[in-house]
Amino acid sequence: MSKLRGLMLTTVVLVVFATAAHAQRGADGELRMLYWQAPSVLNPFLSGGTKDIHAAAFVIEPLARYDDRANMVPALAAEIPTVENGGVAANLKSVTWKLRKGVTWSDGTPFTAADVAFTAAYCMHPDGGCNAAPRFENVAAVEAVDDHTVRISFKVAMPFPYGPFVGSTCPVIQEKQFQGCLGAKAPECTEQNFGPVGTGAFKVKEFRPNDVVRYEMNERYRNPDQPAFASILVKGGGDAVSAARAVLETGEFDYAWNLQVEPEILAAMEKAGKGKVVSAFGTLVERLIVQLSNPDPALGDKRSTYQDGKNPHPFLSDPAVRRALSLAIDRKILVEAGYGQAGRVTCNVLPAPPVYASTANDWCKTQDVAAANKLLDEAGWVRGSDGIRAKNGVRLSILYQTSTNSVRQGTQALIKQMWRQIGVETELKNISASVFFGSDPASPDTYQKFYADIQMYANLFNGTDPQAYMQGWLCKEIPGPDNQWIGNNMPRYCDPEYEKLAAELAKTAGIEKRAAIARRLNDMLMDYGALIPLVHRGEVGAHALSLGGVRINAWDALQWNINEWHRRK
Amino acid sequence: MSRYLARRLLFAVPTLLAISLIVFALLDLAPSDPTAQLPLTIPPETRQAIRESLGLGQPFHVRYVKWLQQFMVNEPLNLLESLSGIEIGDSAGRLRVRSWSTRAPVVDLIAQRLPQTLTVVGISYIVAIFIAVPVGVYSAYRQYSVFDQMGTFVTMVGFSVPTFFTGTVLIVIFSVWLDWLPSIYDTTHRVTDVESFLYQLRQMVMPVMVIALFNAAQLGRFTRSAALENLNQDYVRTARAKGLTEPKVLLIHVLRNSLIPVVTVISLGVPATFAGAIITEQIFRINGIGQLLIGAIEGGDIPTVQTVTFIFAVLIVVFNLVADVLYGVLDPRIRYD
Repeated sequence: MSKLRGLMLTTVVLVVFATAAHAQRGADGELRMLYWQAPSVLNPFLSGGTKDIHAAAFVIEPLARYDDRANMVPALAAEIPTVENGGVAANLKSVTWKLRKGVTWSDGTPFTAADVAFTAAYCMHPDGGCNAAPRFENVAAVEAVDDHTVRISFKVAMPFPYGPFVGSTCPVIQEKQFQGCLGAKAPECTEQNFGPVGTGAFKVKEFRPNDVVRYEMNERYRNPDQPAFASILVKGGGDAVSAARAVLETGEFDYAWNLQVEPEILAAMEKAGKGKVVSAFGTLVERLIVQLSNPDPALGDKRSTYQDGKNPHPFLSDPAVRRALSLAIDRKILVEAGYGQAGRVTCNVLPAPPVYASTANDWCKTQDVAAANKLLDEAGWVRGSDGIRAKNGVRLSILYQTSTNSVRQGTQALIKQMWRQIGVETELKNISASVFFGSDPASPDTYQKFYADIQMYANLFNGTDPQAYMQGWLCKEIPGPDNQWIGNNMPRYCDPEYEKLAAELAKTAGIEKRAAIARRLNDMLMDYGALIPLVHRGEVGAHALSLGGVRINAWDALQWNINEWHRRK
Repeated sequence: MSRYLARRLLFAVPTLLAISLIVFALLDLAPSDPTAQLPLTIPPETRQAIRESLGLGQPFHVRYVKWLQQFMVNEPLNLLESLSGIEIGDSAGRLRVRSWSTRAPVVDLIAQRLPQTLTVVGISYIVAIFIAVPVGVYSAYRQYSVFDQMGTFVTMVGFSVPTFFTGTVLIVIFSVWLDWLPSIYDTTHRVTDVESFLYQLRQMVMPVMVIALFNAAQLGRFTRSAALENLNQDYVRTARAKGLTEPKVLLIHVLRNSLIPVVTVISLGVPATFAGAIITEQIFRINGIGQLLIGAIEGGDIPTVQTVTFIFAVLIVVFNLVADVLYGVLDPRIRYD
């Protein structure tokens, strides 16, 4: 047995050495990727769309990124600054990044701390419309201490100071290239926005917006034997099903991104044996938002407004109803019908990273119609002749809205049937995504106005720290006419206990302590029933069997390790 | 004739202005938000800043006049400059209509998309004409023959089966099963030698045939009915009576007269060629004008939608005029003076 093991080990070592010896820059030819939503612009600060962030991540890099297990790994930084290594100040009000030495931009000029400081100035400019601006919230100054040291100082103590320059949404751009593009000039710099100079493994060769990007390897990339691919083609257009077909069935492409396709179609295509479906789970949760204020049209201007709690919902303000609605849902069926490998059942709005995931709400994992019915009976909701429950003339009749999307409409129909079993009547409504998620204060159909009883969408947070996400349910975040309907607290939830705990989170350092508070915040929302989580959604892609090195990553761009991708021999 | 032309052209100006106002206002009033597609992690304040950086903070009439000036004055000036190489005035400071999603000038995007749209959709239109006219004339000549019945059947199928279906069926047969043709169109492909020309042909075959079949069905029916009408005319009997051969009767007398209404239909269909074929472009990933338009609509990229739609309007007005003029040229009985 041990002989066999020894033999196997030798073989493995030999194979590893053989591939290492063969590893040579640009030896593996062209990598062909399909993004059915095509990249529009290669400057991630001006787009924010995932496709554009991915397309830029081949070229420009942040100081640190997340690996596929949500650990922070240095990219342009030499190490991750912490309180222990002195990188983070003891008062948590500044962080000092040491930069990797000897890095050059693809045009041959050296990468220095000045580029990092410039990027901050670029994004913090008030007229620039930079969508990574929230990363720089509370940043007082970003200064280059010397060529390879950058200090970021904050206006307040930041227990998690890794907002700026961590992850692909906030990479470093070259000062030399972008210096004429500050503020209002930013969108006019088409040449720069379409071809940023970077430090990554590839550089832009040709870009046709919303169609094709061609990259070629960066000869000056810091790892001499990487990347293995000499060039990359990213083709856009079409739809997810045909993208999956091009990788799994015809083998014309090596990778297809974001395959929101009915699970059985993907499984059938995978049988052709040319490729593999892969998925990764981040923090995206498909959830129902419960309207706690009264959305009655008769209220006119006061419709759906919080008014310090003086405008409660006629029946969703009853905790029994909220709990019963959650109990009546069979989340396993929702996953099977609409998500397959791209979803799993969850009972938390904060499902990941693992340390933040609470187990206190697992009761919701199994459907329990009997318990739901019992709850409603005890609360005095009596079934009428039509089978719909009512109390004091108030019928349990729900208007349930979401954005137009075939999976969401499928989920709506399933939930409608499930709720019917507990005597709740549901009217379904769907709204075009560009209106629903739009923020026209004159439109009655936005998710902020929430002129309905229940609405459904998915939300997540960037990176791994949930502080800003959990602060979305503070009282001041309630949308209303006084703040032009801006705010993240869609259920109109307001609890002084929650406020206190959230404030504590903002002061606490240390991952274990922070995680305990965040879990408690999640449990408060779940116990109250302000939100009903349904499905923890993942990212799904497919790659050719001949493609090696792919580690699909829900915490950062798929391209986080593009320098390691290679062709399997 | 020239007076008629001048009058029509003059009349086109207010028409186009009215169209531009309607297009602009309709899209502006529609509830759409360019930041709606962004991830929800981007907070509302940042979205507001992005909207303001796109110029959305200004009132309607200011934006309309700006757009009109950019499109009617600045863009033609830029075109003139790039064609002649002479700099006119302050060309660097001239504002251009910019797309919200790509931040690039819309006219540049259109110029980038036009080649693939014209090669694929344009060629398919020509193929359709070359199929439709002979088939239509021969079907009329042999009315109710097996050929005519078959032709009727094929055109009915071609017209009623949607392109998203025929396109997918062709991909499954020729790309998945037989592995003969690529299912994805490579817009960056350059024809430099025989081999690359053959590749270009291979990648064009399926989309061109899908669109051609659809167009041929419609044009073929038109040609057939026009030819049928002419075949029963007195001049055909006269031509036969004076001893002309059947090919001469058919190809010289009947064909020419039957083409009068067909040419009108063909020229009115040309603007649609520029508009691309939204569905077919999507299926084969040709990413031409049609895909540009649909992508802009989905992404709330209003300046692109306004500009592309308005260019269509211009083309339709122009080709209406062309059709009227052609009608006069082909049929000497029609006089415009």
